[in-house]
Amino acid sequence: MSAVLTLPPSLDDVSFEQVIAQLAEVPAGARVLVDARHVRWASPYGLTALLALAQSRAVRPGFAPPEAEETVSYWGRTGFFRHAESLYDFGRPVPRARASGESSVLLEITPVGEAGDVHHVVERIQERSAAILHDALGLEARATIGFSMTLSEACQNIVEHAGCGGWVAVQTYTWKRRLGRRVAVIAVCDAGVGFRRSLESNRVRAAGGLGDRWDDGQALEQAVLRGVSRFTERGRGQGLAGVRRFVTKWGGKLSVRSGTARIGLVPAWDDDVPLAEGLPPFPGAQVQITIPAAAPAPGAPGRAAAPAVERLELL
Amino acid sequence: MIHRHIDVGSVLRGAVCELYSNLVTRPTGAAVRSEIERAVAQAGARTVTVIDFSQVTLLDFSCADEIVAKLMLRHVMDAADAIAGATDAAEAARAAGEAPAEGYFVFRGICERHLEAIEAVLERHGLAIVAIAEGATPQLVGEVAPHERLLWERLRAIGPADAHTLAGDAGLAEAAVVETLARLTRRRLAMPVDGGYLAVGLRVPPAPPTPERAA
Repeated sequence: MSAVLTLPPSLDDVSFEQVIAQLAEVPAGARVLVDARHVRWASPYGLTALLALAQSRAVRPGFAPPEAEETVSYWGRTGFFRHAESLYDFGRPVPRARASGESSVLLEITPVGEAGDVHHVVERIQERSAAILHDALGLEARATIGFSMTLSEACQNIVEHAGCGGWVAVQTYTWKRRLGRRVAVIAVCDAGVGFRRSLESNRVRAAGGLGDRWDDGQALEQAVLRGVSRFTERGRGQGLAGVRRFVTKWGGKLSVRSGTARIGLVPAWDDDVPLAEGLPPFPGAQVQITIPAAAPAPGAPGRAAAPAVERLELL
Repeated sequence: MIHRHIDVGSVLRGAVCELYSNLVTRPTGAAVRSEIERAVAQAGARTVTVIDFSQVTLLDFSCADEIVAKLMLRHVMDAADAIAGATDAAEAARAAGEAPAEGYFVFRGICERHLEAIEAVLERHGLAIVAIAEGATPQLVGEVAPHERLLWERLRAIGPADAHTLAGDAGLAEAAVVETLARLTRRRLAMPVDGGYLAVGLRVPPAPPTPERAA
């Protein structure tokens, strides 16, 4: 008998917490059935996290695809089913992607496990990012380079720290609820060792140099805010620092979940908390980077002022 | 003095993968740096190596750390060790009657798309480099004290000069100039020549034509 995990109609970084909460109630060795029948929309985070969920299970889970045809079609175009079929039992033919016109998918779901995969991801994104970031989101041309660098560093986090493969996806869409503007979203998810266990191999930690308190929140704080890496050489830890600078510069949001905690750089346009602890456990690391379209000029009729990024203050 | 030109884009395609045009990931950076260090070691004692980034589209932080920062760190440490007579390698070279390798670097083809990563890694390590943008004069990039920048820019403007001349030119005390020039030399931003000093980046021959440039 399988434990059923019911997915919400809209699956993103926030609503995926409902899925993790259900998963936390299921014994580690039990089989789960992921019920996606009522899902109408999923963000890149939602889709890549679903793959990480399957990766985290000892027993291959079942999967009931969405009932809505357009949702199935879209998930097919993102490459979700192509990867999911090796991780989930569908119990019926796996939906296939059909050709479509213009797509908001900047980078379809792509596995990342080694350095060559990062090269592949960066080469792929450069083909489309200039047009979409500059033309559709109105960002300066130099944002394109920073976006690719950010994507590269986020993917390298898997290669260097996860201990297993993960997935990356990039998409643009209009974020009506929170922002009322288009955004470009990078999601990078894995079910690997997570930040706390990765940093535990750091000799600084072993020597007690990271403080008495030690949990997922502390590990995220050290890695994301202080640039601490499991590698002790001085040049390490610059990748996430670079990601932070890029996100801050372009008024974006960075969110990193690992284990039982989530840390973020939260801009004024979002109401997330900078640090959430005591969350239901989920293995590995799940990163989401959201870059909004350029803010219209202040004073322009009906337009919002530029989003100021709040300084992250630890609770 | 030997000048050596290394096209990083060609090294990337030769040492890592023919299909790559972006310098991303640490393993890629480490492979490219190994090739550069091999070429520098073959060149002999005093070498100015021009590392050309013109054909590189993207440089991420990890690769900038591996290629730019680690390359400079090693040679800055070699310079300090040579002065102090400190390392086994320096001692072994002296015992063998050889001068320790004296490597200087000029980073050519650096533009805005490379600068963010390069500046970040230089700041992290407290390093500086000489960079030349397409058609521009050499510039210092990274962590540079005001006196170091002032003297280096005067050296760049007037050409090779001794401490006395430079002190007069810059309006500074000669003792302070001597100290700053020694620091610039240790940091591989200036080099001693004929009783004076030369700003690294001057007298660098133009880049050889590449198929892309020729086209």
